[in-house]
Amino acid sequence: MNESLLFDWMLGAFALGAAASVALPLGGVLRRVALVCAAIGSASALALGLSVLRAGATWTARWDYLLQPLGGVALRVDSLGAFFLLIIGFTGLPASLFAIGYLKHLDGRMRSRATHALFNIFLASMCLVTCADNGGTFLFVWEVMAVASYLLVISDPEQADAPTAGLWYAVMTHAGFLALLAAFIILAQGGSWEFPVLHNASTLLSPGARGAVFVLMAAAFGSKAGLVPLHVWLPRAHPAAPSHVSALMSAAMVNLGVYGLVRLVFDLLPPGPPWWGGLLLGIGVITALTGVLYSVAETHLKRVLAYSTVENLGLVFIGLGFALLMRGYGYGALASMGLVAALLHTLNHAAFKCLLFLAAGSVVHGTHNVSMEMFGGLIKRMPATAMLSLLGTLALAGVPPLNGFASEWLTFQVLVAGAQRTAPALAILLPLALAGVALVAGLAALSGVRLFGITFLALPRSTGAQQAKESTRIMVVAMAIPAVACVVLGIAPTSVIPQLSRIASDLGQPAGPLSAGLALSVPLVTSRMWAAMIAAVAISAGAAAAVAVRMVGRHRPVRVGAAWNCGRIIQSARSEYTAAAFAEPLKRVFTGFYRPTQEVTIDVHPASRYFVRSIRLRADLAPWMEEVLYGPFVRATRAVSDRMRQLHSGSIHFYLALLPGALLMLFVISRWLR
Amino acid sequence: MMRDALVIGVQTVLLIVIAPAIVGYVRLMKARLQGRRGAAVVQPYRELRKTFRKGMVIADSASWIFHLAPFVIVGATVAAASLAPVISAAQPADLLGDLFVLAALLMLGTFFLALGGLDPGTAFGGMGSSREMTVAALTEPTIAIAVLTLALTTGSTSLGAIAGTVLKTPAYAIGPGHALAFAAFLIALIAETGRLPVDNPSTHLELTMIHEAMILEYSGPYLALIEWAAAVRLTLLLTLAANLFLPWGMATSLAPVALVAALLAIVVKLAILGLLLALLETRVAKLRLFRVPELLALSFTLALLAAASSFFTK
Repeated sequence: MNESLLFDWMLGAFALGAAASVALPLGGVLRRVALVCAAIGSASALALGLSVLRAGATWTARWDYLLQPLGGVALRVDSLGAFFLLIIGFTGLPASLFAIGYLKHLDGRMRSRATHALFNIFLASMCLVTCADNGGTFLFVWEVMAVASYLLVISDPEQADAPTAGLWYAVMTHAGFLALLAAFIILAQGGSWEFPVLHNASTLLSPGARGAVFVLMAAAFGSKAGLVPLHVWLPRAHPAAPSHVSALMSAAMVNLGVYGLVRLVFDLLPPGPPWWGGLLLGIGVITALTGVLYSVAETHLKRVLAYSTVENLGLVFIGLGFALLMRGYGYGALASMGLVAALLHTLNHAAFKCLLFLAAGSVVHGTHNVSMEMFGGLIKRMPATAMLSLLGTLALAGVPPLNGFASEWLTFQVLVAGAQRTAPALAILLPLALAGVALVAGLAALSGVRLFGITFLALPRSTGAQQAKESTRIMVVAMAIPAVACVVLGIAPTSVIPQLSRIASDLGQPAGPLSAGLALSVPLVTSRMWAAMIAAVAISAGAAAAVAVRMVGRHRPVRVGAAWNCGRIIQSARSEYTAAAFAEPLKRVFTGFYRPTQEVTIDVHPASRYFVRSIRLRADLAPWMEEVLYGPFVRATRAVSDRMRQLHSGSIHFYLALLPGALLMLFVISRWLR
Repeated sequence: MMRDALVIGVQTVLLIVIAPAIVGYVRLMKARLQGRRGAAVVQPYRELRKTFRKGMVIADSASWIFHLAPFVIVGATVAAASLAPVISAAQPADLLGDLFVLAALLMLGTFFLALGGLDPGTAFGGMGSSREMTVAALTEPTIAIAVLTLALTTGSTSLGAIAGTVLKTPAYAIGPGHALAFAAFLIALIAETGRLPVDNPSTHLELTMIHEAMILEYSGPYLALIEWAAAVRLTLLLTLAANLFLPWGMATSLAPVALVAALLAIVVKLAILGLLLALLETRVAKLRLFRVPELLALSFTLALLAAASSFFTK
């Protein structure tokens, strides 16, 4: 009963928010009402998720009169759905609050109606994806989510590259939708699309058909989650959207790809052969590496974060792939641990990525710039944003005691535990995966230093950064919510482990030997991590050092002077390291991957070529992945549409002649289909 | 409980206290090998005392990160040191964390060191930060695979458990897996602590610096803290090399005789490793920065071979 009420509150609030954005007169009231409704809806989603997870029960509802042709609306929230509902609610709440301050400039504009209404619809559809209990409902809300987010991506007319980004996104997401549809059709075999029925029917499928369903599902959900090579839309679309929407897309929507895959593969399909897991694990490693490498080289602030999303989803899929691999080999307990590691990282990533995208929004709002090369010195002008960003960056870098480290540690442990099993394939795959994860962790730390250091430290590199203003209070409060979560989940990761283990056991995995008292511990490799205690040791040692410095230095002078610049007197922002320079050594190390291009233009004096007036260097990375994978497809589409254009002769007689032709063809096709 | 805390505390304090002496010893050995007389082993203590008592000059472009960084570095390094088994193989710190945690804590220190380098906004600080982070990132896979190799033979990633198992089954220590992993770990150690041929700890030319470039702006007590933390880091990693791969001599009980013997053993082991380090540093020249990845790739290959051979010998 309680759950039903929360569900009604959730949908009601989103519906009210969407209606208010259309009905109310333009202005600040509209913005506040619509976004407060979104916040209430998110809070209800959070409460609903928590309540289902707590009670360990499931909540179901059926509305047969809606979506009748697709088999009616069937809703069911079990522990897995509740967990993802919780993530959506938890990221939706700060994103909505943040938008109250962030979207002030839209007041009085027509497009504010669409933006606020779509935001509510987007949130509602994401929440419903986790509740859907039949194929029809799932596909419908999945598509609503895709369309709403597409419209939000292209909603800002000032973003010059938004239409291209939107096009990439629309094509990729619909290709994914088709794959999903095909998978459901194979799975249902012409029968019912209810999830419980599909669960039973899937055991009757031939192994080949099951493999096909798996590959289609992996492609469909992988395109949503941004797995390489289906990631190309993500670094385009996430930065183009307004920051509160980017936060939701990166921290909530991509996770629904994870949700879909777990639901389909662990819940609906029976255990498959090991290659399923091997495939996902391999793709996960490649995705994580690709994501982190591009994230390090990128200078557009929000694109850095978008690539980091690709990286972290790769880490999540390493956990999932590991779980599938172990399930394939029949090591149920290890599979359960892999699943727990993947889910924990999903939660942790959602918390810090939500924080960082909101902080990026705050920085963009304050400086009117998006390039990291235009920032610098913001720590003095935006102290609260800087402070909270530091927490987010530490989590992103995966250092203790923040939450990013907890799930990374668990991922390391399950890989080591799995490597102790004696299957030859594991002996090759798991050490390489471990090395990959370690490299990703190291590069993520580098990326974290670069992200925070170049953006917030040193001297401002542009007038925008010089005149930056701290964001309004509500935006800071909104950022503080996920920041607190980052710290709490980092110090007490054990508080969520029992729930995650329950999700794994609800999915039919035997409970993994993953005990969690005060310390996170993996008995299989007798490893423990007591994050709170480590933090206590580190903080007390640091505090002791601070006291010592205070005591000794009490009577010593502390002078403030100019920095040492090798004898140069004036320190200017021109001599400090830039984001591109910071990544330069890495670009040299991974030249084969980055394929950098350089263009040097030297302008010389007409009298002599030894008098150089100016030198311009343009360094870029060749987007070879897009070119190799999508270039042929894009060119073929262009060629076909050019051909099609030749039909447009302008002669009305010709067009009229086409009509009966089309009709005839339809007759033939329908005859043939019957 | 009390006794566990005491064991951890004593070992940690021991590591912190002897760290400057290890640095002094390596410097002395290096001087002797180069035909110089060299300063006494206790010279680093004198330097620390002197630096600690000096006033500070803070760059006007620096923010609170610059003030916070030395304390975070000290905190992270001490926390990492508290995990290491120094004299006792029965290591209660296994309850706190394992080798991955230790590596991550060192990374936390590196992270703030790099931020401290970027904060004043000078070209050298940024250069040092960028290079340091690149080297640190590329060292991570080697460390992870070395840990995996140890875990494959000993069944654990906890430091005390590894040392204890190897102590019980000495055959592990001379197996190809451990030997190769040891070699890989030593290269990683050199990269992590900024020794030759990756970085030159006694360079005076800003353009070739890595670690020194980052801390150019630090002075007075802050500098002393950072230098001390760097010494602890070196000693900690040498201790790990000694006690994880060659744990002989470690105390298995808390009897006074065993403890004294273990203390002697670790001093001898550190002396040998320090001598090796000094020998290496007098024999090789600093690598070009862009050749460093090749060295790290070598250590990674060694580690991977180690892991593979662990699979075969299992």
